[in-house]
Amino acid sequence: MAFNYDNYLRVNKMPTLWCWGCGDGIILKSFIRAVEKIGWKKDDVCIVSGIGCSGRFSSYVDFNTVHTTHGRTIAFATGIKLANPDKHVVCVAGDGDGLAIGGNHTIHGCRRNIDMTMILINNFIYGLTNSQTSPTTPQGMWTVSQKAGNIDPTFDACELAIAAGASFVGRETVNSPKKMEKLMLQAMEHKGFSFLDIQSNCHINLGRKNKMQSAMQNLDWIDSITVSKKKYDAMSPEEQLNLFPTGILKQDTEVREYCDMYDDIKKVHQGKRAKITQDDFAKKI
Amino acid sequence: MSATREIISSGNELAAIASVDAGCMFFAGYPLTPSSEIMHVVSDLLPKIGGAAIQMEDEIAGVAAAIGAGMSGVRTLTATSGPGISLKAENLGLAQMCEVPLVVINVMRGGPSTGLPTRVSQGDVAQAKNPSHGDYKSITLCAGNLAECYTETVRAFNLADRFMQPVFVLLDETLGHMHAKAEIPTAEAVKEAIVPRKTFTGPAEEYLPYGVEQDQPAVLNPMFTGYRYHYTGLHHDASGFPTEEIETCRKLIDRLFIKVEKFQDEIELNEEYMVDDADILIIGYGSASLAIKEAINILRKEGIKVGMFRPITLWPSPETRMHELGQKFDKVLSVELNQGQYLEEVQRSMGRLDIAKLTKTNGRPFSPSDIIEKVKEL
Repeated sequence: MAFNYDNYLRVNKMPTLWCWGCGDGIILKSFIRAVEKIGWKKDDVCIVSGIGCSGRFSSYVDFNTVHTTHGRTIAFATGIKLANPDKHVVCVAGDGDGLAIGGNHTIHGCRRNIDMTMILINNFIYGLTNSQTSPTTPQGMWTVSQKAGNIDPTFDACELAIAAGASFVGRETVNSPKKMEKLMLQAMEHKGFSFLDIQSNCHINLGRKNKMQSAMQNLDWIDSITVSKKKYDAMSPEEQLNLFPTGILKQDTEVREYCDMYDDIKKVHQGKRAKITQDDFAKKI
Repeated sequence: MSATREIISSGNELAAIASVDAGCMFFAGYPLTPSSEIMHVVSDLLPKIGGAAIQMEDEIAGVAAAIGAGMSGVRTLTATSGPGISLKAENLGLAQMCEVPLVVINVMRGGPSTGLPTRVSQGDVAQAKNPSHGDYKSITLCAGNLAECYTETVRAFNLADRFMQPVFVLLDETLGHMHAKAEIPTAEAVKEAIVPRKTFTGPAEEYLPYGVEQDQPAVLNPMFTGYRYHYTGLHHDASGFPTEEIETCRKLIDRLFIKVEKFQDEIELNEEYMVDDADILIIGYGSASLAIKEAINILRKEGIKVGMFRPITLWPSPETRMHELGQKFDKVLSVELNQGQYLEEVQRSMGRLDIAKLTKTNGRPFSPSDIIEKVKEL
């Protein structure tokens, strides 16, 4: 029997505002299948989105949903989660949203290791607002704000998340919906901050002026820049230069989750445990 | 609130204690002089009662996390000073648009920019009216003494839930760091007077969070309770989902005004000090009123009859009462620790421009002699 997406969709909000052939719908469907597998009750889930094409994600799914300001998903989500530690919080943001205007929150969300999943829908461009350069736009590509060619160095979202201390970091693309679903499931099962770089196509506003006018051309390009982590690790630095590894790139189950640690703060103030000291942490500096 | 207690404390500490007594369970913020003691105190008090306080990575995240908690249904606080409000402004607009209750304490310091971080001003009064872009009706309370740092914070929490929007409490560096005895209501009295926000109890399929009468605030049920709805900063319809439908958009923004304007009597609070037999009227608020009162007492001993009108709710302004007073008094003096931000509101309300002004923006509080000297010049 075919999977029934309607149970998790706000069917009366269909069709989506996304363009024909947009990868965001594949991400939406993969996410729904992952939620079904993990078995979360819809009432216990909050989806927080930002501004951009990805910002509309929250309005299409039948959970508690919040469409916030540009870049601030993780900050809003942190308040929701810390006030409701037993509930499930998922952020959905774009590459401009999560890496440019909201870059600071991404860094500190990763560092804090609060239990939530950040799905960064990375289409390498500001799509909704017609093709301005994003932090992930490859150098040399045309954008409407850099018509002579983009000179801004490119951001690797996962390297940022790893360096900032996210306890789960992974990458998949819309070319592999099944792998994406599995990765989302693993990320949501992980207790701590999980960061996913989900690469998607924007043939309308990235591809149109960069020789990828059709969705298929854009998807082929994504395919050409990604390789499984296993293969990536076996490559020389020269071979790795123009590739992004996919799959789970980091998972640390030892590091403590923020709400869990905050329970210790509560216990200290309630006289139920001694003050927290450096001895409570393996890493001292 | 009849039962009272005496406490020796500072304005910042009193505002923090008031928040917890008023049922606040969540704080998020960022260190900012001269407000930081509020964060210091709630960081101890909230975890003790099962709540949470978090220092975020910046001011923007501070207000965002506080609004997030407020969206989920808990009473929530953030505290900062003017530079922090400037950074929080966009998200405060989201809270106005989504109708999320939240208390924002601003302990004012000298500005613009970094200004005078450890010195007093009342320079954020105009900012408090419209911190964010777009149209909405701000509610701003201004404590004039230590006890009011407590009582106005309590009032702010109740007004936030009543009107479903952020409520500002303006303190200033003088009040925030003043340490003295204050008589305040008991915690029990405050708790008994709490009126929680309205909730919808019917079937989820009939729930329309923004489907309210045109003079009413949104009815936002706590998250995770079976009423799955949508928050958005976009113009939205009764169900909370984005729309560009002309009539719905008009009604939404109209309602953000009407819900406050129609019930201003529930919000407005003023003090009139020796106004009845006065020949000269001073209009002042906040910590400046302490010096004004002392000046009035001294001037009256010299036979000069001066009174003070003090708005405690600055926004929406007590325009009707100020208009009446403007008809009654020939000589009106506006006193404030800025270049005349509220003076414009006084002029507008009184319908006249001949209001004398005494302003100060050097980071120092008024002394009674400043005011006495000015009154004698009138």
